[in-house]
Amino acid sequence: MKKICFYFQVHQPMRLKSYRFFDISKDHNYFDEEANRRIMRKVADKCYLPMNQLLLDLIYEFKGEFKVSFSISGTALDQFEMYAQDVLDSFKRLADTGCVEFLAETYAHSLSALVSPEEFKNQVERQAKKIESLFGQKPKVFRNTELIYSNHIGWLVNQMGYKTMVTEGADKVLEWRSPNYLYQNQHVPELKLLLKNYKLSDDLAFRFSQSSWGEWPLTADKYVDWLNSISWTEEIVNLFMDYETFGEHQWVETGIFDFMYHLPRLVLERSEFRFCTPSEASEQLQVRGSISVDNPISWADEERDLSAWLGNHIQDDAFESLYRLESKVKRINDKQLQQDWLYLQTSDHFYYMCTKFFADGDVHKYFNHYNTPYEAFINYMNVLTDFEERVNKHIAQLDGRTKVQAVPELKKIAKPTAKSLAKVAPKAKIAVKSKAKPTAKAKPAAKAKPTAKPLAKKKLPAKVVAKAKPVAKLKKVVKVKPVAKVVAKSKTVAKKAAVKKKK
Amino acid sequence: MFGWEFPPQISGGLGTACYGLVSGLIQHNVDVLFVVPKLYGKEDKSKFRFVDANQVAVNFDNPSFNENLKKISYLEINSRIIPYVSPEEFATITDETFSDVTIDNKAKTLKYTFTGKYGKDLIKEVQQYAMVAMQIAKDNEVDVIHAHDWLTYQAGIVAKEVSGKPLVVHVHATEFDRSGEHVNQDVYNIERAGFHAADTIIAVSRLTRRILIDRYDVPPHKVVVVHNAVIPRSKVIYKKENLLDKQIVTFLGRITFQKGPDYFVEAARKVINEMPDVHFVMAGHGDMYLKLVERVAELRMSSRFHFTGFLNSAETDKMYGMTNVYVMPSVSEPFGITPLEAMRSGVPVIISNQSGVAEVLKYVIKVDFWDTNILADSICGLLKYPKISKTLAEEGYKEVEGLKWEYAALRVKEVYQETLKQLS
Repeated sequence: MKKICFYFQVHQPMRLKSYRFFDISKDHNYFDEEANRRIMRKVADKCYLPMNQLLLDLIYEFKGEFKVSFSISGTALDQFEMYAQDVLDSFKRLADTGCVEFLAETYAHSLSALVSPEEFKNQVERQAKKIESLFGQKPKVFRNTELIYSNHIGWLVNQMGYKTMVTEGADKVLEWRSPNYLYQNQHVPELKLLLKNYKLSDDLAFRFSQSSWGEWPLTADKYVDWLNSISWTEEIVNLFMDYETFGEHQWVETGIFDFMYHLPRLVLERSEFRFCTPSEASEQLQVRGSISVDNPISWADEERDLSAWLGNHIQDDAFESLYRLESKVKRINDKQLQQDWLYLQTSDHFYYMCTKFFADGDVHKYFNHYNTPYEAFINYMNVLTDFEERVNKHIAQLDGRTKVQAVPELKKIAKPTAKSLAKVAPKAKIAVKSKAKPTAKAKPAAKAKPTAKPLAKKKLPAKVVAKAKPVAKLKKVVKVKPVAKVVAKSKTVAKKAAVKKKK
Repeated sequence: MFGWEFPPQISGGLGTACYGLVSGLIQHNVDVLFVVPKLYGKEDKSKFRFVDANQVAVNFDNPSFNENLKKISYLEINSRIIPYVSPEEFATITDETFSDVTIDNKAKTLKYTFTGKYGKDLIKEVQQYAMVAMQIAKDNEVDVIHAHDWLTYQAGIVAKEVSGKPLVVHVHATEFDRSGEHVNQDVYNIERAGFHAADTIIAVSRLTRRILIDRYDVPPHKVVVVHNAVIPRSKVIYKKENLLDKQIVTFLGRITFQKGPDYFVEAARKVINEMPDVHFVMAGHGDMYLKLVERVAELRMSSRFHFTGFLNSAETDKMYGMTNVYVMPSVSEPFGITPLEAMRSGVPVIISNQSGVAEVLKYVIKVDFWDTNILADSICGLLKYPKISKTLAEEGYKEVEGLKWEYAALRVKEVYQETLKQLS
């Protein structure tokens, strides 16, 4: 029995509003609520609602024989909650059928897997939690942003406990081999891989309405013929595509809904294919081969690489500038800031900055509301500059607080009232202290003080840390090390990728 | 006086300079009739006397019309000529159809429609402007004809021929300043004709005077230097609203070869290496814009280097208000008014030795545009040592206060008088 595995990607970015240089420091609201709402409503009406209903009908009609899977980004889920509760409800109804699997991905639809294992993990956990709370199922299969995959990313994903991952059946990886089998990561055999059959997927996603295409118009009958012509040894056809294919990229007038209405019946009647979810495929099929991917692949463009998001100077500088803030952001406990941090990582922001408007220019233009990649870049950098300023303010506050807190320990008896004062204005506290101490009138003494103060401030917390460290070390040494490795690895991988791209 | 633009509708420094000069001349009791291709309605008509070339009915039923037409239309209109903007930019600027002619056969007159912009039919507009000048010279009794920059030189030449009055041409920029070595031959020819037809030439700096002598074979005795000035205004220091706790270094101007923006970028990287929290702002637009955005990203400093795009005058003031150091690294700048604006806002300034304004300013730092090491050093110095910054800001402000159009205009009036004396 051969299998067809549908996985649909549902994603909407939080689009930035036009944010000028003069908005920096003044406006901390970066997102274009009006556009996000408008687009969400449009796509909901054209795609999400009618297609969800169609899938629901099909699932009922074939009594469990028809199955699909979704990966929904956290930014899309957030926007459902904000602008399209009806869509969320219809996804819940799909979840209730038991024939729909939800995959895990990064919350922000981000490229974090390429640079920060920690951020990557955080986002995946957050996403999985959200899926579980909304749809009552814990994701078991992982899908990375834009199907980006490499040996290293596979390893990271497996470390998080995932046993199956979906990615692109890229020619440069498979070479002579077919994507229509279950594969595994060559270096991490516990991680099984479902590879997209890009030919049959893109027939629907991209070519379906192209009247210049030799096979146009494509009917469900013809499509089943193609499925039947697949060699008898092959075991699974993975049809992975953007969910917005239905009704949004391919309009209702193209007949895409009719196609999908007829397909399950024809498949079940006329072929030996049966529908399955990614988890079922992974459990039921034998691994037939292993693949090794050094440089990340994706499902985008002719190159099937990262060049849609990273690789030109403006993309790389924006990307590096963003992740340079990571360690600081991690220290800050501020809900709004954390949310902005997530939303700014969404891969679409870097997609808008892509300058390779040649072979894939049409597709890029379709998804881009900026006039030029440079405009997108400048806008993003303006936002990021403001964001960095906010981050630094928080950090300054944090540092101020830790210092002040460390000091009262010693001075507690002398000045108990100073503590409350310090909370409001940490600097004032120090000033009070320095005045109290010297009681001298000579100017040089007063001048010497300021330099002494910062030193003292730094030293005190340092001591506390030093004491705390050995304990942490003993406990963590074993666990911490692999993480360190990961960092090193990811960096070299990223660098390698960068070098490749430049070539 | 023939100009091409007048405040508030301006695209560059030419309009501002004309405004200052005419205001100064009026103070010295010179009666100025200012001709522009197109009036936009917001010009101050209570103070200035304008002629709108759009409204002038040119009588073509006389022999001199054809004669002049022949003379000025010798130029092939085969290239897009844009005086202050690049061909890439012009497409975004010219959004109107060009130069239509309305002919009234009964009255034997015609009217040209001018856009007064820097578009693809510029040469044609320049020629039609000259035809209008002929009529204006007939209709008005004047003592001296004064023409600003190449756009109006043909008008000046024709007016001189019709009226027999002396012609003073005023050089704010030459084709070499605008285009480096890639001069547009048509423009050069018009400039050259203007210089040689002129009785006196006013150059805005010694630097420009030198170019006229070296590149246009102008006899040295014909060229006098009158430095520009700045329109006075009370000192306004704007409150900083953006990047509050950051030091900001600003470039403001067209992002073109002439202004040396690329040297600013290279110097910025060197400064950031030493002072990672300094922010740089490049305000303005131009044909090197994208290239520099790319270069800044390549140097990995986009989080410290910001592009604002074109700024209106309120935004320009705001920008000066938040600037700690203003830099004008021009490769070739006949004069350069922006440093004066910055100084007027109490901002310390670095300018290149290759700018005309360097001839008149003392309380600024002067560097060679190509020496990005020294430029970077100077920026760091001003940022690190508040004393010198403060001195330059305060003394610079006083210095600019002394550069009044009143004085420049007086000098221009003297030039008129000397020219008239020579001819009589």
